[in-house]
Amino acid sequence: MRKRDEDRPAITTNDPSVAASPPSLGRRRFVGYLVAAPTLAVAVRLGLDETVDKQPASAAVPSVGGPAEIFDLSDMLTAAGMPTANLISLELRTDGTVGFELPRAEVGQGITTSTAMIIADELDIAVDKVEVTLAPARPELIFNQLTGGSNTTHSTYTPIRTAAAIARGRLLEAAALQLGNVPLSALDTVEGFVVGPNGAKIAYGDLAKAAASTETKQVQATLKPTSQQSVIGTAQNRVDARDAVTGKKVFAMDLDIPGALPTMVCRPPTLNGTVSAVGNRPAVLAMPGVTHVETIASGVAVRAQTFGQCIDAVRALDVTWGPGTAEGKSDADILAEVRKAQLPMLVPKVPLLTKTLDTDFTFWFASNSPLETNSAVADVRADSAEIWGSLKSPITAQEEIASKLGMPVSKVKVNVVTGGGSFGRKLFFDAALDAAEASQKMGAPVRLMWHRADDFRQGRAHPMATSRVRATVLGKEVLTWEQRHTSVKTDWGHGLGEIITATAAKLPVGDIGFSETVFALSQATHYNFGVTTQLLSEVDGGFNTGSMRNIYSPNAAVARELTVDQLAAMMKMDPLAFRKSFAYNKRSAAVLDKVAEVGDWGRSMPAGTAQGIAIHNEYHGVSACLVEIDCTPATVNRQVRDGVTGPRVTKVVFAVDVGLPINPKGLEAQMMGGIMDGIAITLTSSLHLKDGYFLEGSWDNYAYTREWNVPADVQVVVMPATSESPGGAGELGVPASAAAVATAYARATGKVPTEFPINHSAPLFFDPMPTVPPIPQSPTDGLTNY
Amino acid sequence: MPQQTFTVNGKQVTVDAPDDVRLLWVLRDILGIRGPKYGCGLNVCKACTSHINGKAFNPCSVPVGDITADDEITTIEGLPATVGADLHPMQQAWLDHDVAQCGYCQPGQIMAAVDLVNRVRAEGRDITDADLDTLRNICRCGTYPRLREAIKDGAQSM
Repeated sequence: MRKRDEDRPAITTNDPSVAASPPSLGRRRFVGYLVAAPTLAVAVRLGLDETVDKQPASAAVPSVGGPAEIFDLSDMLTAAGMPTANLISLELRTDGTVGFELPRAEVGQGITTSTAMIIADELDIAVDKVEVTLAPARPELIFNQLTGGSNTTHSTYTPIRTAAAIARGRLLEAAALQLGNVPLSALDTVEGFVVGPNGAKIAYGDLAKAAASTETKQVQATLKPTSQQSVIGTAQNRVDARDAVTGKKVFAMDLDIPGALPTMVCRPPTLNGTVSAVGNRPAVLAMPGVTHVETIASGVAVRAQTFGQCIDAVRALDVTWGPGTAEGKSDADILAEVRKAQLPMLVPKVPLLTKTLDTDFTFWFASNSPLETNSAVADVRADSAEIWGSLKSPITAQEEIASKLGMPVSKVKVNVVTGGGSFGRKLFFDAALDAAEASQKMGAPVRLMWHRADDFRQGRAHPMATSRVRATVLGKEVLTWEQRHTSVKTDWGHGLGEIITATAAKLPVGDIGFSETVFALSQATHYNFGVTTQLLSEVDGGFNTGSMRNIYSPNAAVARELTVDQLAAMMKMDPLAFRKSFAYNKRSAAVLDKVAEVGDWGRSMPAGTAQGIAIHNEYHGVSACLVEIDCTPATVNRQVRDGVTGPRVTKVVFAVDVGLPINPKGLEAQMMGGIMDGIAITLTSSLHLKDGYFLEGSWDNYAYTREWNVPADVQVVVMPATSESPGGAGELGVPASAAAVATAYARATGKVPTEFPINHSAPLFFDPMPTVPPIPQSPTDGLTNY
Repeated sequence: MPQQTFTVNGKQVTVDAPDDVRLLWVLRDILGIRGPKYGCGLNVCKACTSHINGKAFNPCSVPVGDITADDEITTIEGLPATVGADLHPMQQAWLDHDVAQCGYCQPGQIMAAVDLVNRVRAEGRDITDADLDTLRNICRCGTYPRLREAIKDGAQSM
């Protein structure tokens, strides 16, 4: 509950005297709609005006802020929605619960929890009375149903609060009437009740009908002042935690859609190969449990009573394959293509005696595969279709599926199901396309799932890249900083591209390509290094790529922070002191101080072990990470069956300032995940391309962080709010962590690594599975081998 | 088609399924028990970890024909009943630490954790970081630090 707010007008209809109240941050009035409905329903426009917190430069030799300081990726995504966004709505039910359909995808990042918190706070109701569900594809939202760029909370915070504030005001009005025209100023709201004079108390649910509007009309609301927020900023457990631990949480493959039998696809032996001929369709159709065998765009789909029988059928198929899109190519070939596309450095004239530092780093392909493989349910009928899947760009999915099926968009319903992780993977809808096509060709509903081996080999990959830096130094000043990032093309075909098209003219980056725009908008200026340029160039290598958590930034940050350590060494400065004195953003100093204090920066460390430190700013947030790593032979050479060991990160301290933390516990979880990602991409996890396909086929091949790689000591410090609006959090944990691990490794070994992960070019640690058949059979020794 | 009879979550079941179909698919696709998840089908990711006669195993790698009528299978759905409560202490520890992110690996993680605690306890000792390092379950969301804390806490109340 909160104290009564005398100066907060409860009336929400267009009252000119109220509307005239002076606008100030957090006290501005926002517009929404009362919707004609049987119980109280409120709608607001998603993409309501947002405030951008700009950080002033303050160092002695300030750099001119790059585009990311003026208008970053979060702003672009938010702004893109403004002219086109439609309404999102909140309803109050007679049982006192609130329903809200969020037009975003929950994939583990905790947005259903944080959204429930935002509504609960503004409406004065318990968090568990708010039910947040995921909206199906709503084409009228156009650009505003994309879950990406760590943008959900940034873009929905104020609109959702507005809806809740309007609902609260309406409840007060209804209660005032019921209590015999008591003045609104005598009423307040407490934990789901309107309370009035002489102990009067009416439950929200009992006001749901009375507060309903008979006509749809525009109304205004004033939001609760920050000082009176009582839920936002408090640690809350996930709203779906109990379902998760009891096995009740439902993912796409757990849905019971009538008739939707298990379906898998026999995929080509090389990347994106095509089906030339199927030699034994009748024999496979006759196998136990198999009901259908049909060729689709991505391979040969089989439908059976169980997935086990699908695996048998996929393995039995005799398919002649056409060539793939990277036929015969291996890592070194692609690196050579990337090298050819590298942009030259353009150092301006610098004074005599200026020293130049050049660094050059290679980042190999990586996989954004989550634990839940690509999967979707499809029920395609003669003239309509329904799809279920974890989809972060459901509108684009709907459009492409409709086009594939030859149906109008209005005949294709796309439902968004909670996802088993994403890391960028679910921006695409590869399984939904497979499922729709298979269901149409088979004339039957399908529950289609990718095999794990396919998910690594044919699924989306983080593109190979190089990142080069040239810095010039004169005395204690860095005069210039040029970073050139060159990458295999990142696929943006999931619809983000439309946003760019819509907003390109308004961007301060001029007429450049889409990837270059995202790069420019995501790469903040981190240090006052004089003349700073950060550019991206790309080559198209025929790969299935996509954004992996934090897109370019983890690679760019590793290159930047390793170079920064070398600049510090040139000036004989401590890495922490150097970063603090050159930090572009004032907030960076606070997070640096925090990790240094908590992590005891500079403490004496045994030989072969070291600390490392790094920063990263993005999504209106700043972060710093301190890492301790153990590179002693005893640790590096420890043995784990079928596991990658090597250097072990023993301690991580991570400080994060996201402006306004909504749920510190959820934010901590996001940073923790980012730390584990950072450890993996720097030390252990990559895809190896050989002869046109990726060798990795299981989690023992793709070495994401496992228990034996986890630091015993991980501390995440959520900094106090520095803003009245939340920044992004889903990806912010990765770059500073990856970079701090890299700097710690360099300091522990005395050698700056030039490729990542550091083990990529070492002898392969696994025997690659065959490519024909494309998926391995499941073992049979599970009773004796755990 | 052969009939397969065994006990799952305290209830005897009989299903028609060929002997070589792995138990995971009998559970998920035939019996509709969807707590154990598919993550690889290779006995690597451990997302399907369940218990057979009180010990952890991975049903993705056991042909249903190898399961006998005397075998008692416990999936995450049946875990609370093994202690006669609404939640097993390990599940409660998971809630206390807000371990889950996407939640996909969590049924397998919890089943593996209970087994680990049982094994360590059988050796008459407390769980150590080295014990936790032996767990092979993948959490791609990377919630490992909370997972490790929850296992230590859950062990206290088991």
